[in-house]
Amino acid sequence: MRNRLFGAALATALGFALLLPGAASAAGGNTPPPEQEWSFNGVFGAFDRAALQRGYQVYREVCAGCHAMRLVFYRNLMQIGFSEAAARAEAANAFIVDGPDEEGEMFERPGKLSDRFVSPFPNDNAAKAANGGALPPDLSLIAKNQAAGPDYIAALLTGYVDPPEGFELGELQHYNLYFAGNRISMAPPLSDDLVEYADGTPATVEQMALDVSHFLMFAAEPQLEDRHRLGVKVILFLLVLTGILYALKRKVWSGAH
Amino acid sequence: MAATADGAGDGVTRRDFLEYAAGGMGAVGAAAAGWALIDNMNPAADTLALSTTEVDLEPIEPGQSITVVWQKKPVFVRRRTEAEIRQAEETPLDALPDPMADVDRVQKAEWLVLVGVCTHLGCIPLGQKDTDEKGEYGGWFCPCHGSHYDTSGRIRKGPAPGNLAVPPYQFLDDTRILIG
Amino acid sequence: MAAPKFDNPIVRWIDYRLPVFTFLHHEMHEYPTPRNLNYWWNFGSLAGFMLVVMIVTGIVLAMNYTPHVDHAFDSVERIRRDVPFGWLVQFIHMNGASFFFIVVYIHIFRGLYYGSYKSPREILWILGVVIMLLMMATAFMGYVLPWGQMSFWGATVITNLFSAIPWVGEAIVSWLWGGFAVDNATLNRFYSLHYLLPFVIVGVVALHVVALHRHGSNNPLGIEIRGKQDSIPFHPYYTIKDFFGLGAFLTIFCVFVFFAPDYLGHPDNYVPANPLVTPAHIVPEWYFLPFYAILRAVPDKLLGVVAMFAAIAVLFILPWLDRSPVRSARFRPIYKQVFWLLVIDCLVLGYIGSKPAEGWYIHIGRLATIYYFAHFLVILPLLSVFERPQPLPLSIGEPVLRAPPPREAEGDGAMERA
Repeated sequence: MRNRLFGAALATALGFALLLPGAASAAGGNTPPPEQEWSFNGVFGAFDRAALQRGYQVYREVCAGCHAMRLVFYRNLMQIGFSEAAARAEAANAFIVDGPDEEGEMFERPGKLSDRFVSPFPNDNAAKAANGGALPPDLSLIAKNQAAGPDYIAALLTGYVDPPEGFELGELQHYNLYFAGNRISMAPPLSDDLVEYADGTPATVEQMALDVSHFLMFAAEPQLEDRHRLGVKVILFLLVLTGILYALKRKVWSGAH
Repeated sequence: MAATADGAGDGVTRRDFLEYAAGGMGAVGAAAAGWALIDNMNPAADTLALSTTEVDLEPIEPGQSITVVWQKKPVFVRRRTEAEIRQAEETPLDALPDPMADVDRVQKAEWLVLVGVCTHLGCIPLGQKDTDEKGEYGGWFCPCHGSHYDTSGRIRKGPAPGNLAVPPYQFLDDTRILIG
Repeated sequence: MAAPKFDNPIVRWIDYRLPVFTFLHHEMHEYPTPRNLNYWWNFGSLAGFMLVVMIVTGIVLAMNYTPHVDHAFDSVERIRRDVPFGWLVQFIHMNGASFFFIVVYIHIFRGLYYGSYKSPREILWILGVVIMLLMMATAFMGYVLPWGQMSFWGATVITNLFSAIPWVGEAIVSWLWGGFAVDNATLNRFYSLHYLLPFVIVGVVALHVVALHRHGSNNPLGIEIRGKQDSIPFHPYYTIKDFFGLGAFLTIFCVFVFFAPDYLGHPDNYVPANPLVTPAHIVPEWYFLPFYAILRAVPDKLLGVVAMFAAIAVLFILPWLDRSPVRSARFRPIYKQVFWLLVIDCLVLGYIGSKPAEGWYIHIGRLATIYYFAHFLVILPLLSVFERPQPLPLSIGEPVLRAPPPREAEGDGAMERA
């Protein structure tokens, strides 16, 4: 019946999708992002360390001016291929507000591995005030809280085009193919050669968009590789066990007649 | 499912094999799942990352002690006086329940760094403040069960089995140490 | 019951004082089970297994979870990111809720198809509906705990249902909240109840099993066991069959846990709760969608809430709505058809529940809602009178022993080859 259930569900869903073509697209009004081939997709998917490091560089040099990543720590850099010393040095570049000290004053100190990525603004209101009233979202989970995930981020960063004829944009607004409602307050953040990659990869807008999306997927789920690795073992184990149980079941029941 | 079934006959051997294989794999699978749940209760990555503490030694006067927190435990940093150092160094090793020379417990004789947790049952010994009782050997005294520690943090009397532990630390420069 | 002989002297010593082994022997070995149960009868034990999985993973998650509006979201993320195997435990718990409902819904539809709610199993059925209600309450409150956007707005919308109650509605809602809105007090009490209710479910499940063992399982033919040739001992036959079913189920479950952990969830719950911004589309988890569709199908606020609760309440009186003396749909040609219509109707309701309430969706939702109630309140009572059932077999053993491919008896294959 499972097949029949799923079949019926699928048929129903398809039926409605065919009957009501306007309904689904009417809600969003934006283009679905193109699907990318990510190395972390699929059963054996894993992150590409070089892309992660390039993506981190883009985040730090471009995005971090406005966007916080509250849930990511400097120690996580070791997971994307930084040595411990390099991660420590990277952390030490950041100024962390700590305290209060013995006089009761807050003070700044260099970052440590145990610190979260430093936020560009002390709070949401400060972030809004500095960005014309629009709040730059925290990017820690952006690859998971958007339906299309990293595809969406890559598409958004390369989706700035001229608005169609007669499309009204507010002050400080930009037209983006992939943003809900197409009016986005973030100015096009990337331009060719905006960063200089250490590994010599040409820093085109597309390359940077892919790299930073890769990194943001890592930030949203740092344990993704563990999940895939353990998952393959668990599924294989269960298939064998289930096969043995089936054979045993046949054997036991053969005596029932 | 033990060999209780009534399916006798030519299939018994094959069935026994299948039962052992299924039972064995089931046990392995259950143990692996159990391990994930047990390991879940170990310290998390963020907890482990908070494993170092930096201490500024400059404001500490000779004879004074400060308490800092390292891995959620108190660490005693004492700037010892000449008399305290001499007392610690001149104690014969055979007078100690847990023999250890003072030179093996300090990097610079002036600075004694100890984990301030009694090795008996985990209480915090007294002796950090001027007004505290410091025990019969001028170091620390644990009020829970009466253990006396000397000016090197070594156990001298009482139920505690060992000396106060010396945490791993290094001098970053003359006036700063990094514990952990 | 004849006292079994135990060879092991320690077992004998214990059993003489505390007859647990006699009890197990009686309930597992001697317990006569129809020999013709098919794989749809696996879902009861699977539901029991999922209950244990949810309780065990839940207890472990609670060790790292912080029920406070400022910390709940971050503590769940910390479990996913930093706690050893925390991601695994959290994904099992999160997907486990969905799979628990899949298993229980199939279990319920199996009961509907084979008439397992009919005399003498009415109380068994009613206890099952009570378990489903408790599961819904538990799942709803559990979904609030991660304190994402869907958590917050789901809690707001569902608690606001009670404001439809005349005169005292507002007072009840603010009592549920413990404040002027869904807030810290709400989160704390939901956490408390989310921890409590599973153990209440365990208690009702125990009663469910006691009621089951009173008259034994129903079976695909829907006729009583008439003699020894109709039954086999539960162990080893159904224990091994349940274990095999468990293996197959776990494989599917683990595919979701390891390779599509967020497929059944909603991306908006990865955004921390914001009491000032409602997400564009708020939908409940999939297992509530049919009920959500019924709620929205009725244009009146109070009546909508009443209809939603009535959709479950009608199940309580089902044994008295369907008066047909024949249990199994195998021998009820018309009921067999309307059963599948009900399945499709529930799927349609689920689909409508996931869509915005606009345009055609509203009309289809209303039709599907009317049909849902008509099935129970009109069609079943009428069928009891007008349907002419096919002749029933004389005994379970007879067709089983006579059937040409002997494996038919195992009941593997479709629920009904019709």
